[in-house]
Amino acid sequence: MSREAVSRSSLPEDPSIAARRAVMALVAEATAIELRAVRAIAPVGVVDLRAPETGLVMVRGRIGGTGAAFNLGEATMTRAAVRLPSGATGFGHLLGRDPARARDAALIDALWVEGTRRDRLEREILAPLRARLDRDARLRAAEVASTRVDFFTLVRGDD
Amino acid sequence: MYVSVKGGERAIRAAHRLLAHRRRGDRAVPEVAADQIREQLSLAVDRVMNEGSLHDRDLAALAIKQARGDLIEAAFLVRAYRTTLPRFGASRPIDTGAMAVERRVSATFKDLPGGQILGPTFDYTHRLLDFALEGESEVPVAEVAAVPPAETAMPRVTDLLGDEGLIEAEPPACDGAEVGDLTRAPLRVPAARDLRLQQLARGDEGFLLALGYSSQRGFGSTHPFAGEIRIGEVAVEFDVPELGFAVPLGLIAVSECQMVNQFAGSSVVPPTFTRGYGLAFGQSERKVMAMALVDRALRTEELGGEAVHPAQDQEFVLAHADNVQATGFVEHLKLPHYVDFQAELALVRAMRREHAARAETAADAFEEAAE
Repeated sequence: MSREAVSRSSLPEDPSIAARRAVMALVAEATAIELRAVRAIAPVGVVDLRAPETGLVMVRGRIGGTGAAFNLGEATMTRAAVRLPSGATGFGHLLGRDPARARDAALIDALWVEGTRRDRLEREILAPLRARLDRDARLRAAEVASTRVDFFTLVRGDD
Repeated sequence: MYVSVKGGERAIRAAHRLLAHRRRGDRAVPEVAADQIREQLSLAVDRVMNEGSLHDRDLAALAIKQARGDLIEAAFLVRAYRTTLPRFGASRPIDTGAMAVERRVSATFKDLPGGQILGPTFDYTHRLLDFALEGESEVPVAEVAAVPPAETAMPRVTDLLGDEGLIEAEPPACDGAEVGDLTRAPLRVPAARDLRLQQLARGDEGFLLALGYSSQRGFGSTHPFAGEIRIGEVAVEFDVPELGFAVPLGLIAVSECQMVNQFAGSSVVPPTFTRGYGLAFGQSERKVMAMALVDRALRTEELGGEAVHPAQDQEFVLAHADNVQATGFVEHLKLPHYVDFQAELALVRAMRREHAARAETAADAFEEAAE
């Protein structure tokens, strides 16, 4: 639900950007261990364009949920950028302070942009990740749904 | 006047060592781990993230451990850590309408699209201590239920009222407009609503709770209804110039309260409900409800009222909401003031001498008059 929300909230855009953003959204929810698998797919000779760096992002909300923006508070984030020997560059931008995770995210982005190893990326990282996140989201939604109030239960009297 | 005093180094070192020792408590009891705090004291973590004004669950949990559970001290630690990091920029405004809802209740409409979802709430518990938690108990997993047809729309209550024009419209966001940031420029009053909300979001929950309560008890009543409270995860997106599009950074949990209050209107504008808004990191329901009450109270003047009560007074509220600032000024009183106090002592002694001399003269005069 939330990952769909990410894609939904963006403006109409180039489908290749939308696909890249969808991979990024997936990666942004992955654990460090889930992303580590990319190191087996990446070629040798990757250059760090930007070594992982931790900083802050000011998270904004909207007044009344829909009005003008205001600053809610900061969050930690880590960013990294890499270049593959083919010249493809990739970026990792993730909440939190895990440098290895941000660099792995950048590797995944670079491999996605490069395009020649997408099948393996999909098979070994993205598909299992998507399945795990869908499973978690379904469970969470089902747990939450059990707390939905049914005001008619008491007065129905039809069983 | 403050003067440096030397000679306390050894005592300070020993005091910090004693602090660490006492923090550890009885060594026969297992040490608490920061991840246990993060997972099992998660509402304390949420509070520290809000008052420390930094979303990072691991850091907040560590701060709580280091502060021995003193949440204001923990917020202080988080604020101090924050100053060591560069800021990369600001996110796109989060979209609470697209929230993956964990809880959503409305006190104004029983049957509303999307329904009432209680989520993990303390409401309706009997507040009886649960002695089963004393030991390690098997906690049953949550119940599950069929999820209603995909994408059950969960419109905001304020949008439902807005569709009929019954509630004031939120002034549209003009993109590109500068967003006030009190971490970059000192807060001055009167402050615009964006700055007020930023200060309330990082403000002390107890202070906001008391102010909100005072407004309910008649010190500036706003006749509030909890139009909607929703809690859940939202995506954070960040514009990366090198890429030219907004990058999803991940999800954060937030709480939002839309308070619906009594009326505004004029000879030209028909009466409408008015709004108070609360937003905070994590599951922080009491905080966002209090924040929404105070936000509305602070709008008294712009809605044509007169600010006479504490909750309506911008300077009173905004200057005193930050507990890190407040504790700094209150607690500085315990630092050495030896020289100031010597001056006060000399002054009070001189005044007492004069007082005694005056009393003596008066007594002499009285005696002389009597004779």
